[in-house]
Amino acid sequence: MSTTESAPLLAVDQLVVEYPSKKFRAKPFRALTDINITIGRGETLGLVGESGSGKTTLGRAILGLAPVTGGKISFDGKDISHASRKDRRVLSRDLQVVFQDPYTSLNPALEIGDILAEPLGVQGMDAAAAKKRVKELLDQVGLPSDAINRLPREFSGGQRQRVAIARALALAPKLIVCDEPVSALDLSTQARVLDLFLQIQKDTGVSYLFVSHDLDVVRHISHRVAVMYHGEIVEQGPAGVVTTDPDHPYTQRLLLASPVPDPDRQEQRRADRHRLLETQRMQHEQAGVLA
Amino acid sequence: MSDSVETAAAAASTPAVPTGQSGTVVRSTVIRRLFRNPLGLVAMTILLAISLLAILAPVLAPFDQNYANIAKTLAAPDSVNILGTDSAGRDVWSRLLFGAQLTLLSALLCAGVAIAIGLPAGLIAGYYAGKFEAVSNWVVSILMSLPGLIVLLTIRAAFGPSVWMSMIAFGILISPSYFRLTRTAVQSVRNELYVDAARVSGLSDLSIIARHIFSVVRAPIIIQTAAIAGVAIAIQSGLEFLGLGDPTKATWGVMLSEGFKNVYLTPTLLFWPALAMALTIGGLVLLGNAIRDALEDGEKIKHRKQAATSVKGPLAGPTPARLPARPSRKSVAAVDLGTEHHLVKVTNLGVGYPQADGSIKKVVDDVSFHVDRGEFLGIVGESGSGKSQTAFSILGLLPENARVVGGSIQFDGNYTVAPGEERVSQERLSKLRGKRISYIPQEPMSNLDPAFTIGYQLVTPMVRVLGISKAEARQRALKLLADVGIVSPDRTFNAYPHEVSGGMAQRVLIAGAISCEPDLVIADEPTTALDVTVQADVLDLLRELQRRLNIGVILVTHNFGVVADLCDRVAVMQNGRLVEEGPVRDILRNPQEPYTQRLLASMLEGKEPMSMLVSPRPKEPVA
Repeated sequence: MSTTESAPLLAVDQLVVEYPSKKFRAKPFRALTDINITIGRGETLGLVGESGSGKTTLGRAILGLAPVTGGKISFDGKDISHASRKDRRVLSRDLQVVFQDPYTSLNPALEIGDILAEPLGVQGMDAAAAKKRVKELLDQVGLPSDAINRLPREFSGGQRQRVAIARALALAPKLIVCDEPVSALDLSTQARVLDLFLQIQKDTGVSYLFVSHDLDVVRHISHRVAVMYHGEIVEQGPAGVVTTDPDHPYTQRLLLASPVPDPDRQEQRRADRHRLLETQRMQHEQAGVLA
Repeated sequence: MSDSVETAAAAASTPAVPTGQSGTVVRSTVIRRLFRNPLGLVAMTILLAISLLAILAPVLAPFDQNYANIAKTLAAPDSVNILGTDSAGRDVWSRLLFGAQLTLLSALLCAGVAIAIGLPAGLIAGYYAGKFEAVSNWVVSILMSLPGLIVLLTIRAAFGPSVWMSMIAFGILISPSYFRLTRTAVQSVRNELYVDAARVSGLSDLSIIARHIFSVVRAPIIIQTAAIAGVAIAIQSGLEFLGLGDPTKATWGVMLSEGFKNVYLTPTLLFWPALAMALTIGGLVLLGNAIRDALEDGEKIKHRKQAATSVKGPLAGPTPARLPARPSRKSVAAVDLGTEHHLVKVTNLGVGYPQADGSIKKVVDDVSFHVDRGEFLGIVGESGSGKSQTAFSILGLLPENARVVGGSIQFDGNYTVAPGEERVSQERLSKLRGKRISYIPQEPMSNLDPAFTIGYQLVTPMVRVLGISKAEARQRALKLLADVGIVSPDRTFNAYPHEVSGGMAQRVLIAGAISCEPDLVIADEPTTALDVTVQADVLDLLRELQRRLNIGVILVTHNFGVVADLCDRVAVMQNGRLVEEGPVRDILRNPQEPYTQRLLASMLEGKEPMSMLVSPRPKEPVA
């Protein structure tokens, strides 16, 4: 018993994801190389990186939506790298997802109640119990209970994201993969949705893999942070360290690139950034000379 | 499930009240629209009448379809044979009724066979792709290359003159049309996130297809079936007309063939089956069109709603539609004295969209600000605050149905929208746009035409606007590309948009925006679609260019960091109103308006990690 308690909830070990190339006999496209991460119970791992860095692919590989070419993903002590659809159905109780775009992640033809009841029905819950649970969920994410009979298009972006969060919460999972869940939202809506994520974690002890391109968001919500660059994890560690005093040149650039809302401090940061870029360029040249 | 039924009933009984519930059941509104369309109503009435006649044929028909009264051939209509008799003395009315039965059933059989083959194959091929799709594509290509009529003739020769046989064969021949329709529709939703979400929920593929995918193909299948049934009737009757039908069964085709033989003796024999076929096929085609119209109408309304209801709240209330009569085609009034030196001055601007009920929904209300040469103005707000609408009204790029409901815009001492004018004068603005006012859009990739090289897209406007030669424009374009920090201008000049990255594309658009030496650049969220590191580079570029060229810039953004980086002054917009305006330091450090304070409080920079950002009460009004 003690082994499962101390073991991390999710462990990704030397994961490689490759997509077969469309061209005949061409080399497959390698999206992820040698990924090693762990997430403990009740912990949030922030995953930050630029577009095309593979951060979304990592989330999708854990969810079984991207092909695992090499390495191992274990969840709750079980190897789920190549879980079958049947295993996934069992797994979906513990492993859920919130996608970036609240406009396409909800089927526009289904009512909110049906969308939320879907994962419950898959697990064999009867209709009356499911309806009760759906009402609880709506309450939990701060939506009115009359939302049950409404269609997604009647809601704003922030409200839709709440519906998506409620769907992920429906089965009381242990881990939720959040793929840029606040990127499409307005600033004040983003703040409310982040509050909701934190509140849910406090109440339920759920773990998050929180994927974002925004270092500020990741710093705010994560216990630990991993930085991805070109399909690899270049740096990971406690959120406070990685997001304020990073080691890797890319993370340093990323930190100084995000503008601060004050003209004078931003001017300072801009100057720091230019100095950093200059230093990195010179180091790069020196390395080239030495090589 | 009972809930949705109740909602459907409620929605149907109170169509006029636009409550939140009225749009819940999509299908009922489509059907209602169908009934409101006169063509659809006529088509459905005809088809319903013919179907009823066909179903009730055994009751309604006075004679059996093959009952022949040899003593009374080719008789004119009388009280016994209301449409007369044919050459064998059979009652035309009875045969018409039984014929309707057989003709409609055979058309249904044909469509049924085609759907039974095409729909599942299309669903599987579209959803799984891979080998099944490749193989079924070959099969479909072979089926489509078969000469249909010859196949049907062969089948008749092999299996005898059976209506059913020929319709099954025709159904197989026509199934590719369903296959292609279904496959295309499925492919378009296969990678939607809600399908992924269903996979994560552990739904089986079958349930995903049934719940999430089938609903997309339902409507096109219905439309297609109306058309296919018409074609099936025509083909089947055509075969029978050629004398290849089953003479023991009464169908419209057989009757047509029979009538044709006696066309000189009794022309009406030809008329009745032809009328029946024309009505049925016409009804089916019209029904298909009406369903399509009903579905498209729904989308149109939805789009308009989206554009117009982007601002809700205090301004959304109806304002009087009747506006004071406006002077038109008169010389433009001179701007107020003492304001000519402003590069752009927007005064009490209001922009609205007329609604179906005659009111006007305002999306910009009473907005005033100005920009001088060499000045960087930021317009900040959340989505739906009207910031882009304001920018577009300066550019004169508002949608066709937009109205300027108040105020004026002046550029460099001349009105582009004089007080009292209802629209932006395209005549005046087209002289400025691209020359003195230029625009940097949000999505770099969708603002470059993928069919032309980047060089061509930079050179053409310069040749047109500046009137310089192509060679000269090329030199300038290369210099501009170098100016915006592109390392190898030559290569980028000859590249197509898909060959460059997003950050590079935005640099190209910035180069394009400054190519004709404008006085004012309007940048609409120019860095929102870019990575943070690329954003920082583009911000540097914008700042450097603005200083060097001493131009005025209006930057529309939602990001206070970007504002702090670039802007001299800031205007904050909310729900179409300008809530606060002032120097950047005042606004960012010491905002006066609660809305600005709230927005700044939502920023994550400098916040205690894992702390609640908005008030900690869980039951806050929802975003």
